[in-house]
Amino acid sequence: MSSRFRASLLLLGGIAVTLAACDREERHSRSKPIGETLPAGMSPDTIWPGGTQPPALDPRAKLYDDNAPAIAAGQQLYSQFNCVGCHSHGGGSMGPPLMDDQWRYGGRIDQIAASIAEGRPNGMPAWRNKLTDDQIWQLAAYVRTLSGQPSKDAVSSRADAMSSTTPGSLTPREPAKSSGTATQ
Amino acid sequence: MRRTGGALPVALLCSAALALTACNRSQPENSSPSATVYGSPPAGNHAVPAPAAFPADDGNWVMPGKDYASTRFSALNQVTPANVGKLGLAFTFSTATTTGFEAPPLVVNGTMYLVTPFPNILYALDLTKEGAPTKWVFKPKPLAAAQGVACCDVVNRGAVYDAGKIFFNTLDGQTFAVDANSGQQVWRAQLGDIQKGETITMAPLVAGGKVLVGNSGGEMGVRGWIAALDEGSGKLAWRAFNTGPDKDVLIGPDFKPFYAMDQGKDLGVKSWPPDAWKIGGATTWGWISYDPETKLIYYGTSNPGPWNPDQRPGDNKWSAGLFARDVDTGKAVWFYQSSPHDLYDHDDVNEIILADIPWGNGRRPALLRPDRNGFFYVMDRRTGEVLSATPYGYINVYKGVDLKTGRIIPVPEKAPHAGRVVRDICPASPGAKDWNPAAFSPVTGLVYIPHINLCQDVGAMEANYIAGTPYVGADVKMYAGPGGNRGVFTAWDPVNRRKVFEIKEDLPLWSPALATAGNVVFYGTMDGWLKAIDARTGKLLWQFKAGSGIIGQPISYRGPDGRQYIAVVAGVGGWSGAVVAGKLDTRDPTAGGGFVNAVKDLPMKSTAGGMLYVFTLPR
Repeated sequence: MSSRFRASLLLLGGIAVTLAACDREERHSRSKPIGETLPAGMSPDTIWPGGTQPPALDPRAKLYDDNAPAIAAGQQLYSQFNCVGCHSHGGGSMGPPLMDDQWRYGGRIDQIAASIAEGRPNGMPAWRNKLTDDQIWQLAAYVRTLSGQPSKDAVSSRADAMSSTTPGSLTPREPAKSSGTATQ
Repeated sequence: MRRTGGALPVALLCSAALALTACNRSQPENSSPSATVYGSPPAGNHAVPAPAAFPADDGNWVMPGKDYASTRFSALNQVTPANVGKLGLAFTFSTATTTGFEAPPLVVNGTMYLVTPFPNILYALDLTKEGAPTKWVFKPKPLAAAQGVACCDVVNRGAVYDAGKIFFNTLDGQTFAVDANSGQQVWRAQLGDIQKGETITMAPLVAGGKVLVGNSGGEMGVRGWIAALDEGSGKLAWRAFNTGPDKDVLIGPDFKPFYAMDQGKDLGVKSWPPDAWKIGGATTWGWISYDPETKLIYYGTSNPGPWNPDQRPGDNKWSAGLFARDVDTGKAVWFYQSSPHDLYDHDDVNEIILADIPWGNGRRPALLRPDRNGFFYVMDRRTGEVLSATPYGYINVYKGVDLKTGRIIPVPEKAPHAGRVVRDICPASPGAKDWNPAAFSPVTGLVYIPHINLCQDVGAMEANYIAGTPYVGADVKMYAGPGGNRGVFTAWDPVNRRKVFEIKEDLPLWSPALATAGNVVFYGTMDGWLKAIDARTGKLLWQFKAGSGIIGQPISYRGPDGRQYIAVVAGVGGWSGAVVAGKLDTRDPTAGGGFVNAVKDLPMKSTAGGMLYVFTLPR
């Protein structure tokens, strides 16, 4: 390999790294504020008959998904509002696991937010009147870290649990393969 | 070469023979642990069931404990160590459930009754016909949301029969009375409120014309109670709370606890931080025994909440203890707190075996308890005095029980506190034994204890109370205790306070035991073996591999054809099997309250599915 070629490869690599770094985190700190409302009408379903399409990803999702402050806030709420009592640190208990690739009601962040807000019939409580809309989005953002969905540099490298659990930055990414609307 | 050529086929034949022999073995070697024998059953004078609570066996099985003394002993003796090897399947029945099946079948005059975990369907099977076809099905249709507030799988611990009716509870807090012949509802009572996190998983007991029911939800910040419903109408006769002021606890002038620690006014308030008793747990999800002679019921109370002990300084009365109450009025007669200020979720709800033990030249009315905290208690059932408390499993968090004060002595450095992790806590939260009752044989005088050998690490933190959500404040991670075996089956001599034999089981034992007069004892394992052992030596005599793990109680009854039958429902689940029943993820060591970490291998050893298996000897 010639040294010139090596140099250009390095350069290319450097550009790629730089570009990736640009993409690292979108905080939208100066963007136009989007109302903190919940994903109304978000369906957990996969089948849309007659060729109709599921709704597009809620625009507010971008404010929370892959967003380190939102995920960190969600991580605290997850313990403070006793999510951990039912879902443990992702492995589940009274409630289903949140770290695997199975999403009964959809694994998109807006679908998770909808499940938290509206509750689900087999025991998931409806949190709409107990948490703010912002908190629900933050929780949804954190829940996605349990299956390794967000970018690793957005999640905390320190587990909140005192022992034995894997920090978010080491959580393997689960392919969200169970339902059409769950993938993104 | 020639020689080898000749020898090879022989060697082959030999190994083929060996392989065949291996195939013929009813199980692989590692799943058939043998018993370690420490001694013989007591000769001569030994403990016997309380006579008034132990009627002659009519061949039926009408309540989970078999009788008011909770012996789980069948006087049928056709099945013996000599012939148990010939036990074969008589019929099976699918329960159409995939969660943990803890309930025993009931048998009443030719009909078998099964109550399933949520959705708590009650089946009646006609034993007089070939294949035991369904007579009727009763569906109580409990609220689906109840599943979200049931701490450890959506189990039900059984129904009870009395005077033409079947009584059982539903997960969403109701008690039903159903006509045993027609399957028609007689009455229904709503007792629990799932909005507060209350469920009902226990089997009721019918005694003195009352149906006794208690709540579950010690992990949800509920306030524990026991209620008595009129057997005929379902009307509430009395309800006693297990925390709060004396008037709520039905403590009056007749209340005479044996030890000073349990004496005083309104301890159910004073032994808690302000108002913490209102959300302090102390539920009644376990077993009740009844002594018809004194008309006293005996039941234990659950752990206090939250698990994080720093949030509830004090003794937390009347949690983690044992009540004796008058069945007619509910008035408390005595109380003994096994674990004051419980540190480890060591509920005190385990079965209470009423037995009279040799004492001096006579007998003393006693109760026997393999407790969750690892001690086998022998107590005077009239007074609540602890006569002995002997470890029957591995304990490193308690030094012992002070028989002068009655108080258990915790090891201070093993106490969990918010903000730190304490390791190597033995026994773990499910104790040396959880809910699954032991059996007591008046033939051998031994108590047959199916139990567990788990230790754990705990990290405690502040828990927030939000009604209808968990109130725990602890991350738990369990693992096998010393020796590596997670289950133990112990035959215990309660009078001489010693093991007679012990079988180390790989998986935690979560099924109750059955003792029979034929000196065969039965229990199930979480990988699906129903085992029959010799009541005197623990020798494995017979086993059958069910389709799912067994956490349900085996029973024995006399069929309409006069033969002795053994019945059990398989269906893995419960706290120990939630990893299968709830499809939990084994990568999170804290999943399922930390139990998942101890049974990561279970999903490869058992799949879910409720199925009744009934066995008998060939004609």
